[in-house]
Amino acid sequence: MSKCSVGLLALSSLFLSTAAFAQEKIKVGVTATLEGTYTVLGEDGMRGHQTALNVLGKKVGDKELEFIVASTDATPDSAVRAVRKLIEQDKVQILLSPLSGDEGIAVKNFAKTHPELTFINAASGAQETTYVDPAPNFFRYNMDGAQWQVGLGKYAFEEKKYRKIATVGEDYSFIYTQVFGLVLEFCGAGGQVTNRQWVPLGTKDFASVIAALPDDVDAIYLGLGGADAVNFLNQYQQAGGKAHLMGGSIMIDQTILSSKGNAKNALVGTIAASGQADTWEDPGWQKFVKAYQDAFPPNKRFPSPSLLATNYYGSTMALILALRAVNGDLSNNQAKYKEALAKIEIDAPNGKIKLDANRQAIGTNFVTEVVDDGKGALFSKVVKVIPNVNQTLGYDPAVFSKIGLPSRTVPECKKY
Amino acid sequence: MSRFVERHPAWALISIIAIAVVLWLVFAIWPPGLEEAIGRKRVFLNAVFNGITLGGLYFLVASGFTLIFGLMRNVNLAHGSLYLFGGYVGYAVSTATGSWILSFIVAFILTALVGVLLQLIVFRRMEGQDLRQTMVTIGLSIVFADLMLWACGGDFYQIQTPNWLIGPVDLPLVTAIKSSGEPVYLRYPMVRLVIFAASVVIGVAMWLALNRTRIGMIVRAGVDDRDILAATGVRIQLVFVAVFAFGAGLAGVAGVVGGTFQSLSPGEDIRFLLASLVVVIVGGMGSIPGAALGALIIGLAEQLGSVYIPTYAIVVTFLIMVLVLAIRPQGLLARR
Repeated sequence: MSKCSVGLLALSSLFLSTAAFAQEKIKVGVTATLEGTYTVLGEDGMRGHQTALNVLGKKVGDKELEFIVASTDATPDSAVRAVRKLIEQDKVQILLSPLSGDEGIAVKNFAKTHPELTFINAASGAQETTYVDPAPNFFRYNMDGAQWQVGLGKYAFEEKKYRKIATVGEDYSFIYTQVFGLVLEFCGAGGQVTNRQWVPLGTKDFASVIAALPDDVDAIYLGLGGADAVNFLNQYQQAGGKAHLMGGSIMIDQTILSSKGNAKNALVGTIAASGQADTWEDPGWQKFVKAYQDAFPPNKRFPSPSLLATNYYGSTMALILALRAVNGDLSNNQAKYKEALAKIEIDAPNGKIKLDANRQAIGTNFVTEVVDDGKGALFSKVVKVIPNVNQTLGYDPAVFSKIGLPSRTVPECKKY
Repeated sequence: MSRFVERHPAWALISIIAIAVVLWLVFAIWPPGLEEAIGRKRVFLNAVFNGITLGGLYFLVASGFTLIFGLMRNVNLAHGSLYLFGGYVGYAVSTATGSWILSFIVAFILTALVGVLLQLIVFRRMEGQDLRQTMVTIGLSIVFADLMLWACGGDFYQIQTPNWLIGPVDLPLVTAIKSSGEPVYLRYPMVRLVIFAASVVIGVAMWLALNRTRIGMIVRAGVDDRDILAATGVRIQLVFVAVFAFGAGLAGVAGVVGGTFQSLSPGEDIRFLLASLVVVIVGGMGSIPGAALGALIIGLAEQLGSVYIPTYAIVVTFLIMVLVLAIRPQGLLARR
């Protein structure tokens, strides 16, 4: 009997201590695409997240942050499933999610069913996520796909003298948004987009798509990412393709530029635009690159962080800094924390970032060109830096809303 | 042939016209009106060739599947895992040694060994119990998928194409005439042609082995009636093991092929299992010529679909399967 009660006492004290311990923790759920076509992107995103934790630490006042990671595969239902699991099973209070465009729209809608929690976008870049019916508890500290293309259309038209281009892109919201930004600017400058081809996410065999590329254009724009981009380049090389290329933000990115094999060499000289440039001189950026390189052995990382690592770094940074600003106070349905998040201006590696009224980032964009560093490694070199890019891309909001939402055929190729 | 014409004159006429139209589409220079209506000839020819080469890959996977089914009535749903396993082995060998050819040999041998183990440990213990075999192989495929994810990660791998296969070749097919009167020939990736040629060679060799050799005779006899065959003194279990090993090895070789002109990643196992199921259902379970025909039809449907009706391309293969199941449920070239 006495043995039993001692046992019970020990057991209950154990429970009590874990309960007391749990109070000291703030649980954060993180999702990344660790499966499927975008696996490599998800993995590097997590590296960026880890780098931020190394730099900033996990302490907020006397509380400790606990991160729980769930995997998705870039489909909206996988993202909602992961987020739901994190909330219902792991009882997280803050979410750092998701990575990919379609996931972003789904998670934003899901966020409305949990107004008491806070959702911080990790890296997704579809325009609709924060532009149409935004959720009051969803914050995005990276720019959307269209913002990431600012500067590319003009540069292609004025400097490269491209007049007619065609696009090939994955058939989902983020690439729609990227092509939206490109077409708006390129056609606004006087160029023509003659053909837009869309391929399903996860396409393996691009041979027929490559054959159908038009020859009477000055350049071909590629809006592909992850395994799709590598498959495309490999088969493009096998087919002996020689056209001038232009790239989207996840096409001209370390996830592709440092892939194995020599198919990527087709990208040397390709112009692109993105929320970062590998060779930017800015000390903040260089410091981040150093921190990233120091955090992982060379064979477990890219030579330089990808856009995903940068985005995860920035969003983790906002998450922690805002939490410190309110000293970890998540009472009253996290009201104070949300207020702090909306107000915070972060000094991200890729330039200062602040949020607009829709809780969407206003930040810096980069036009780049792919260069070979002489040792066979490819990097994106800065051509132009454009600060203060907002979601309406500098257009008057009324005019911008008339263009319509990014889709396979929107926007039309004309001057708005 | 002549009997077919006598019996079905209408069908014969239709097929002759269809063949003539296809030949004309391939060899003639398209008039401008046609180019406007359905796009350039280069696109069409490329899609057709891609469909045929993709069919070659599907045939490699599905022929092993159908051979095993035909002889042993085993529905091996872990066949896709063998494909992916072979691909990973091929990648490891080709990065370690730099030899593309060697990666085929090693992948064939190792997947064949896995096949032997499967046959000895799993299938022999539950001979004739279809449902149990099916469930066990589904389970095994999930276990294999997780083991491979654990070992190789979720990354995608691409087997390096040897230098002599990189780049396109000009085929003697004219796709257009330039304004200067100079003909433009079809450029096509060399590696796909080689892979297609290899799958034709393997297919023909298999057909010859089955129809012209003693071992083939035993296998065919086993397909027809294995009890009688066993009663004649043939060591049937040995034949089973050999056929299973060969079928599994083919899946491994297909994995190397797939890793060369596409890429390897988790999920590919299911994709190729599904593809070989569709191919075998369309062609007829257990028939090698059926697998060839089915693979060709599915490959062409996928590629032509992705060019001409991109939005619905995914549905086309399944539509074909539904049609075949509705009209000729035993498959196009099934013997019974």
